[in-house]
Amino acid sequence: MKLILRVWRQDGAKDEGRFETHQLDGVSEDSSFLEMLDQLNEQLLEEGTEPVLFDHDCREGICGSCSLTINGLAHGPEDSTTTCQLHMRKFTDGETVTIEPFRARAFPVVRDLVVDRSAFDRITQAGGYITVRTGSAPDGNAIPVPKDDSDKAMDAAACIGCGACVASCKNASAMLFTSAKAGHLNLLPQGKAEKDKRVLAMVEEMDNSGFGNCRNYGECSAACPKDISLDYISKLNRDHAAAKVRKIFS
Amino acid sequence: MFSSSLGKKYLMALTGIVLIGFVFVHMAGNLQVLLGQDKINAYAHALQSLPMPILWGSRLFLLVCVVIHAWTAIVLIRENRAARPQGNEVEVTKRAGLSSLKMGLSGTILLFFIIFHLLHFTIRTVYPEYNDMMTTVGAPEGEEVHDVYTMVLAGFQHIWVSVFYIVAMFLLCGHLSHGFSSVFQSLGIRSDSWRVKIELVAKAYAWVIFLGFSIIPILVLGQMLDFISFFEPSLFSNSLAVR
Repeated sequence: MKLILRVWRQDGAKDEGRFETHQLDGVSEDSSFLEMLDQLNEQLLEEGTEPVLFDHDCREGICGSCSLTINGLAHGPEDSTTTCQLHMRKFTDGETVTIEPFRARAFPVVRDLVVDRSAFDRITQAGGYITVRTGSAPDGNAIPVPKDDSDKAMDAAACIGCGACVASCKNASAMLFTSAKAGHLNLLPQGKAEKDKRVLAMVEEMDNSGFGNCRNYGECSAACPKDISLDYISKLNRDHAAAKVRKIFS
Repeated sequence: MFSSSLGKKYLMALTGIVLIGFVFVHMAGNLQVLLGQDKINAYAHALQSLPMPILWGSRLFLLVCVVIHAWTAIVLIRENRAARPQGNEVEVTKRAGLSSLKMGLSGTILLFFIIFHLLHFTIRTVYPEYNDMMTTVGAPEGEEVHDVYTMVLAGFQHIWVSVFYIVAMFLLCGHLSHGFSSVFQSLGIRSDSWRVKIELVAKAYAWVIFLGFSIIPILVLGQMLDFISFFEPSLFSNSLAVR
């Protein structure tokens, strides 16, 4: 198939950036979106121009490295799918495809389609962990966990931290990511001990990183490749309010 | 407590609850216009005769809620714009409804509506002649009360006023349908199993409020245009342009 690609090019964080249009012929319907971009880059190298930079790693939909806003949708048109798992058969022959970076003040563009998502790492570092001694693995059944709780925690832990929630949010809010990371640990007995401290620290770091405020649109969950539910945002709101009140009276 | 991004959402939700409750009570009070001149006049007189601290306390409380709600919204919107300085070239919305996306617009128009409404029927500076409307209908023995019934019917016989009121109530309907369900999300008292139910109740509530408020200007306009005859016809006999 043949494609007209409108690709965002930006030389660095301070550069204004612009769209560049390329025609790409002979794209296999079976190739993934990233393989199609590989093909574009080979063509650009043959032409003697700079290839387009984009993030990728596992290409199995589990690492959270790939990003891209494709025709206005984070990770493209297919639901519950990362860009690397998106196949070209979802596009039509001759289609114009607009490819942009994930846009948010908290995700500055490094170059072309690569954005700096280390704000997510800082939120995780603020409280997305439990304080335990490292060493030999504890016995799996030493701490009983109710099945419902472990299921919910697992659903939250499915977050791969790709940032599609931020990119799809009209306000670039990181609530879905933060609530999944906090909710995952808050639901489990191992995480409950530090629940209040965790919630307050992660929300503070989220606010400091320059993300927007949640307005309950639900665009984040609709774009999430792992279908993280808005439930976790509700839970974070609840846990945060309770933590604040407990802090006042402690 | 209220300085963080979540804290501001708590403020929006808590003040929102007050205003959501207020519009229902206000609507129920208004509907007494349909029961006749004596009922609505007596009700209005009873409200005006409440002990000073209760009357002005409630008014002040509502005013503070509106101010906090509007001010927090402005702060949130400014932060949200700053958080996404550059939008997408191709902007797509997957799930969010129009009412949720246009909360700022509907809220701004509603704020102007509230100011107009207070100047129109409460402070009565838009048409100062409303101050002179006094009657014994609905008044306690040997007293005169303000004739709210005649004022409301005269007020809605200005077509532009009625249209503005109805449009504002339609915007309130949209504002409530997102706001009502957002209260539950922002305060963390919503789960996925309740989501659909809460959204249905929010929509139903919003439409009840819209119909309850709009029915009065709609009936007045209908009678002006001779479609229906619901109210006392003598109140419609004068030249419309004068009113």
